[in-house]
Amino acid sequence: MAAIYSLYIINKSGGLIFYKDYGSKGRMDTNDSLRVASLWHSMHAISQQLSPTTGCTGIELLEADTFDLNCFQSLTGTKFFVVCEPGTQNMEALLKVVYELYTDYVLKNPFYEMEMPIRCELFDINLTQAIQKDRVALLGR
Amino acid sequence: MQFFGGSEISPSAPTLTATGAGNNAHMIYIFNRNGVCLLYREWNRPLHTLNPQQDHKLMFGLLFSLKSLAAKMDPTSVDKGNLGVPQLPGQGCSFHSFRTNTYKLSFMETPSGIKFILVTNPRTGDLRETLKYIYNLYVEYVAKNPLYTPGTPIRCELFNTAVDQHVRTISS
Repeated sequence: MAAIYSLYIINKSGGLIFYKDYGSKGRMDTNDSLRVASLWHSMHAISQQLSPTTGCTGIELLEADTFDLNCFQSLTGTKFFVVCEPGTQNMEALLKVVYELYTDYVLKNPFYEMEMPIRCELFDINLTQAIQKDRVALLGR
Repeated sequence: MQFFGGSEISPSAPTLTATGAGNNAHMIYIFNRNGVCLLYREWNRPLHTLNPQQDHKLMFGLLFSLKSLAAKMDPTSVDKGNLGVPQLPGQGCSFHSFRTNTYKLSFMETPSGIKFILVTNPRTGDLRETLKYIYNLYVEYVAKNPLYTPGTPIRCELFNTAVDQHVRTISS
């Protein structure tokens, strides 16, 4: 059982800086994930233009037939989004956790160049743990 | 594949409890499969960023792209094809709604490629039944209207009134 199918992080200009798959079917190669990420970036921006009222900050949840996409945008414009099973709860909380890990292990890493793909072992390890914990919590419920 | 039930209007509209009777709907769009806007109505839209034509084009473009995104992202199917490959209505994974902090957009595509879009308050629940009901209204009042030419904007007072009336029952 995979509650979470995949996780994406895109920088403020729509470039994919992190992508991890947790067991979705079918292959999504590097080019596809890059395209999907920048497409999401644009859709997010367009959705703000179509808002009937002021103060729209873009799509937070997309409900498709076979998955839910939860998106969190940080103040600096970095977007985090997870693809999960339809109706999965508390994904906002998970995204906040991922954001915290990002600030701790990526942004505070002196060797990390801003807006570039994330290659930090500690981030990977902690992320895996966070996702695993989330899964266990989900199974327990 | 059968999309929806029979074509006759279900005798009773889906019961949406009309508590807090305020109007939660912002606007409705109906597009045909070529992207022509057949109907646009707004009930509560304080913000207009673009002129109507541009707005309709942008909306159709957003739906088209989100549909191809959903088809490509579908984590349950093995063969998804390439991103952006045109798909027939009902083929591949589609989406039924998205939510932002200021609005919720519900989307339905019929087998003939007509798209119904309802923009409401972000706290409204699942509106798939509402959209199906509006589709029924469309069939009854527009498709069965002998004076209506397919592919042209809908000018049908009865349909407008029926939609207005039904939309007013949507509660958050």
